[in-house]
Amino acid sequence: MPQDSLKRVDFIFDKEYDCKSVLYDAFKLTRDEIVEEIIKSGLRGRGGAGFYTGVKWKFAKEEKAEDKVVICNADEGEPGTFKDRAILEEVPTKVLGGMALCGKVIGAKRGYIYLRGEYNYLKPKLEEEIEKFTDVLRNELNFDFTIKIFSGAGAYVCGEETALLNSMEGLRGEPRNKPPYPTHHGLFGKPTVVNNVETLVYAVMVFKIGADNFKNIGIQGSSGSKLFSVSGDTPKSGIYELEFGMKVSDFVEEFGDDDAKAVQVGGASGFCVPRKAFAKTTIGYQGKLKGNSLPTGGSMMIFNSSRSMYNVLHNYLEFFVEESCGQCVPCRIGTQQLLKGIEAIKKGKKSSEYLDNLLALAETMRLTSKCGLGQSVANSFSSIVENFKEEMIY
Amino acid sequence: MAEVNELVKTLTQKHGKERGSLLPILQGITEVQHSLSAEMMIEVAKELNISTAEVYGTASFYSFLDTEPRGEFVIRVCKTISCDMKGKKQIVKTLEDLLKIKVGETTHNKRFTLLETNCLGWCHKAPAMLINNEIYTDLDANKVKKIIRKYRSK
Repeated sequence: MPQDSLKRVDFIFDKEYDCKSVLYDAFKLTRDEIVEEIIKSGLRGRGGAGFYTGVKWKFAKEEKAEDKVVICNADEGEPGTFKDRAILEEVPTKVLGGMALCGKVIGAKRGYIYLRGEYNYLKPKLEEEIEKFTDVLRNELNFDFTIKIFSGAGAYVCGEETALLNSMEGLRGEPRNKPPYPTHHGLFGKPTVVNNVETLVYAVMVFKIGADNFKNIGIQGSSGSKLFSVSGDTPKSGIYELEFGMKVSDFVEEFGDDDAKAVQVGGASGFCVPRKAFAKTTIGYQGKLKGNSLPTGGSMMIFNSSRSMYNVLHNYLEFFVEESCGQCVPCRIGTQQLLKGIEAIKKGKKSSEYLDNLLALAETMRLTSKCGLGQSVANSFSSIVENFKEEMIY
Repeated sequence: MAEVNELVKTLTQKHGKERGSLLPILQGITEVQHSLSAEMMIEVAKELNISTAEVYGTASFYSFLDTEPRGEFVIRVCKTISCDMKGKKQIVKTLEDLLKIKVGETTHNKRFTLLETNCLGWCHKAPAMLINNEIYTDLDANKVKKIIRKYRSK
């Protein structure tokens, strides 16, 4: 019997644990001890890019500056992702706790939640929670830390951390060149840590259960668990917290409708896994896994055999054409040409060999685009085109 | 013009006159006026002591900051893949029939604007739409009719 790799856990939405007492204990440690604990836990960013959280905090901590900033990235815009909204709705104090912890470590006195405009309805309740929480911080934990909400205005690219910073500075949300990294030169030049909503919750959890225990959840190189947003052709759409290291085949067994032909892992900027690859694909950060392993912000979209993968790709490309910030040529022109290209092939105006040119264009975009948006268009484009070539042509 | 001045003044008092206040100010105007008129942007530029082109540059980048006139209620139907798969077209058709406008247009009485938007983060309860800041999910034609009736009587 093959072992089921799907392990459900309940850390994020567990309302039982008291964030305040976790912070109370954590604050007894020195700043160095806190950051070492996070590094030891192996916690990596849950927004999709997967950078080591502890290392990021350490960079910002080592900067010599009077004023530093913590930003919670709640600009959740990846198609198929909706877990950050649920976290902010159901367990906001854990997010605020993670921000305070980061503030303590790096020496910041202020934090911001960059909340996407599409989630404006979360604002009133979140503001109440912030007021309550910062009072507790000040009066019971002796830590003066302000938190404000900054509303986004409908731009997917602002989820990229330097575009987010530009947006907060009142500029167009265009990504900056890196380096310098935000930990060195962030919001208005101040050392800044930008963390995803979910990452901040897990940072608090590391202190709740201990770095060693945290490390033992999941698989080597991908510690802990992850929230997955499940949608598409599934009878059980919703948000599920699962350990890293699950196989796509086990996932489909649990969530599919017995007719899944593909799973899109990581949204429009992620990868399409066709049925034949379900068994050899694992969900986790790339590295020490056998077969293919896919990192992800947690978007899992299931498509059954009634769906046209041409339509899926067409929808993704329309999305990228609109959301490309237009700053760099490969992304601005590339997204438009990929869309035009697949339309021309479908209509018979271009031969099927033209697909190879488009694949080469996608690869060029991966190599030459300025930020993750343009670089990752090739992920979905190539994985869909290569696995469902007939659907692109006929 | 006096009205323009007053609104911009109130907003700069609330958010400050730094460059970092630009987005909150533009959002504040949009909340009251539903879109950003040229005279509003000129006034903001004066108050913040930056060029009007800078204000327009920022305003035109964001899909929730409209520089074209919009109705009192801006409807944004999600068109990204999950909503598309679960009947977004039917929702848009229903809205077009009810409001007698096409996507991108505003009704003559300036009450409703119909737009499509990218992922709203409700893929598990698709199709979804936003009306100003209110979210509506698991939509079907009947539900949409009821919602629009409610807004018409507002």
